[in-house]
Amino acid sequence: MTDTQTAVTTAAPAPTSRKIAIARLRDLALIPAIIVIAIVGQLVSPVFLRGDNLVNVLQTMSEIAILVLAQTLVLIVKKMDLSLESTVGLAPGVAAWLTVPVGAGHGLGLLPGGWSVPITLAVGVVIGVINALFIIRFGLNGFIVTLGMLIVLRGILTGISGGQTFFRLPASMLYLGTTQWLGMPASVWLCLILFAAGIVVLGFTSFGRSLYAIGGNVDAAKAAGIRTDRVLWIVIVTASLLAALSGLLLSGRLASVASAQGNGYIFTVFAAAVIGGISLNGGKGTMFGAFTGILLLFLIQNVLTLAGVPAQWIGALNGTIILIALALSRVTGGKAQE
Amino acid sequence: MVAAPPVVEATGVTKRYGSTVALHDAAITIEQGQTHALVGRNGAGKSTLVSVLTGLQAPDEGTITFGGEPAPRLTDRDAWRQRVACVYQKSTILPELTVAENLFLNRHDHGRSGLISWRTVRTKARELLDTWSVDVDVRLPAGELDVEQRQFVEIARALSFGARFIILDEPTAQLDAAAIARLFSRITELQRQGVTFLFISHHLQEVYEICDVVTVFRDARHVLTAAVDSLPRADLVAAMTGEAATETGTGRRTPAEHAAPVLEMTDAALPGAYEDVSFQVRAGEIVGLAGAASSGRIEIAETIAGLRAPATGSLEIAGTRPRPGSVPAALRAGVGFVPQDRHHQGYVAQMSIADNGTLTIPDRLGRAGFIDGRRRDGFARDMIGKLAIKTPGPELPVSGLSGGNQQKVVMARALANNPKLLVLINPTAGVDVRSKEFLLGKVEEVAESGAGVVIASDELDDLRLCDRVLVVFGGRVVAEMPRGWHDHRLVAAMEGVELDD
Repeated sequence: MTDTQTAVTTAAPAPTSRKIAIARLRDLALIPAIIVIAIVGQLVSPVFLRGDNLVNVLQTMSEIAILVLAQTLVLIVKKMDLSLESTVGLAPGVAAWLTVPVGAGHGLGLLPGGWSVPITLAVGVVIGVINALFIIRFGLNGFIVTLGMLIVLRGILTGISGGQTFFRLPASMLYLGTTQWLGMPASVWLCLILFAAGIVVLGFTSFGRSLYAIGGNVDAAKAAGIRTDRVLWIVIVTASLLAALSGLLLSGRLASVASAQGNGYIFTVFAAAVIGGISLNGGKGTMFGAFTGILLLFLIQNVLTLAGVPAQWIGALNGTIILIALALSRVTGGKAQE
Repeated sequence: MVAAPPVVEATGVTKRYGSTVALHDAAITIEQGQTHALVGRNGAGKSTLVSVLTGLQAPDEGTITFGGEPAPRLTDRDAWRQRVACVYQKSTILPELTVAENLFLNRHDHGRSGLISWRTVRTKARELLDTWSVDVDVRLPAGELDVEQRQFVEIARALSFGARFIILDEPTAQLDAAAIARLFSRITELQRQGVTFLFISHHLQEVYEICDVVTVFRDARHVLTAAVDSLPRADLVAAMTGEAATETGTGRRTPAEHAAPVLEMTDAALPGAYEDVSFQVRAGEIVGLAGAASSGRIEIAETIAGLRAPATGSLEIAGTRPRPGSVPAALRAGVGFVPQDRHHQGYVAQMSIADNGTLTIPDRLGRAGFIDGRRRDGFARDMIGKLAIKTPGPELPVSGLSGGNQQKVVMARALANNPKLLVLINPTAGVDVRSKEFLLGKVEEVAESGAGVVIASDELDDLRLCDRVLVVFGGRVVAEMPRGWHDHRLVAAMEGVELDD
């Protein structure tokens, strides 16, 4: 026994510590890229690194960042939720529909304004429950189910709004999207707090770790005594709830609910998550990585705007950036993306 | 040791899946501190017994006791985990998580704040591994471990639940000789500390090396349990193969002595699969490649069919040298191929019999890449007739056929281009007896008409019709047996044992 042990120990140390270091560094893979962007941004325009510009970047990305957080949870358990972007529109849309007084657009004015926030969140939960029913209870493919939900939910919003925009939202709906806490917009605080909570939950709670176990190998997770279905239910419903919150912030900031609110967000969300190191095959990636992913995308956009790139070209550049970022994370991550 | 009740005892266990009987009135008794071997050929019921013993499935009949007490309910996973653990060939480790987390998955240590205290988890993991002398850094992602380390970690995890009875399912299959030696010394060490092992292996040599007692299963039944010391190897092999049908050879004609070779493999090697393989197949000859699942025989057959390219050596088929590693080239050279697993490589389940059967001959179905439906269905009807495929018509999806008929479609496709060399891997796996006879009869017919045939299989029935059988073990051709071999001899060679008579 002793001779085998010495054999193993003497061979192990050097490569072992390097492997551990690599495993930890994967989390910080985007930090160098963010630093490079910061330097480039400062060269392009001295405005870039000023506090108010950075807060501005954080505020514009806060709603979509919360979606990234939600999608990250779902991706880690090896599912997908495309319908999040429609929830962003429908949840506040239903609240506005019921609370906006008659005469202003398609509002029904059935409930007092104070109900708008609870309704928004409740709609998010209901959508999550429907998704979970289809995916977990009936065992349908999550991609197709949520693709169907994306179309249905968008259609419902168009239906109740008559394709128009809800204005004159109740004050309680505007609060989170407009108010300032300690000199920073509330939505920025919320976004940062949620990510901090996400990092803690995923990294330091049994519940969070069970997400990785399920995404990595659901059979092994079951064998370890994890109640996989219950965890999946919680994840899918939470994701929808977060999407409703994101919609609330967005409506508050814009003081309206357009029938196309959230349309097309899901592509940016997926791009940010994957750039941030979340695997589409589940069980891999961290909340911090996801945050750096969405931060990098929005910093680059900000630099482009400051550099005076015409707005018409931003879309093309965005797509290019996503591809380049993916290629970079492939090079730094070392492994092929499946 | 005599006084203590057996660690585990199963009696009268029967398990059926539909009409198949996977275990029939089987029994096994494993005493405290033993290392007990469980051997048997494929389909003998070993894996069913393991899933019954580990509480993954309930037996239809029979009882299981642990240390004299009845087994816990199936849903009480914790109770099962305290009694028994199985280290499978397929890993149950989560590669993205660290070793420490894998050891304490879903039972992490929480600090005062209610959050996981990673430091405690790591410390406890390190203590656990130290207790059982497993030298692995607990901070490593488990995916970085090699097979050997992973097995040790899984064993340590099992022990940490309190289980002192561990099933090792072919633990040596993926290990090299040095690692096997280390594993064995570890097993001996743990045995001394009171751990009982059930050791499942295809390598009888290993059974003799480390086991005390051996139990043999055959055809879903318990055949024999004996102390390893007092059991001659020949008797063990005989118990595994059974006494019936010892002489081989049907009344088939022998191939012409000087027929031209249709296959010449010379000094071929593929690292990790096989090395130094040279053999010839003459026209009209049937040659068997026998060997266990990981022996390399499948890789050799796949090389001939163009699925793999050999690293060195040459391959000549019917006088031409097809580009190595190219299936189209092999097809053009005249190879017909029945792949290893029909579900994975044999057919497209949703496509019709006609489409599946003609996949290899698109150029004969019409001009310029277009497919003439009538011509295709003509081919298909021809196949259905020749191979007696039971179907209402050629348009039925293959998924609607029985296993035997599905295999016939795969065979039909292999025969579609009138091959000069037919390569078959496990051609009768999972088909019923009548389809099996039919398929093997067809193979003889093809050989009779002048094609060479290679059958890579571990089924004795498949190999019986071969003119000669090459036995592959550990990637090398270790023996050649002309027709008329003795079952015991062939099986012994396949399992890598020397019979001492």
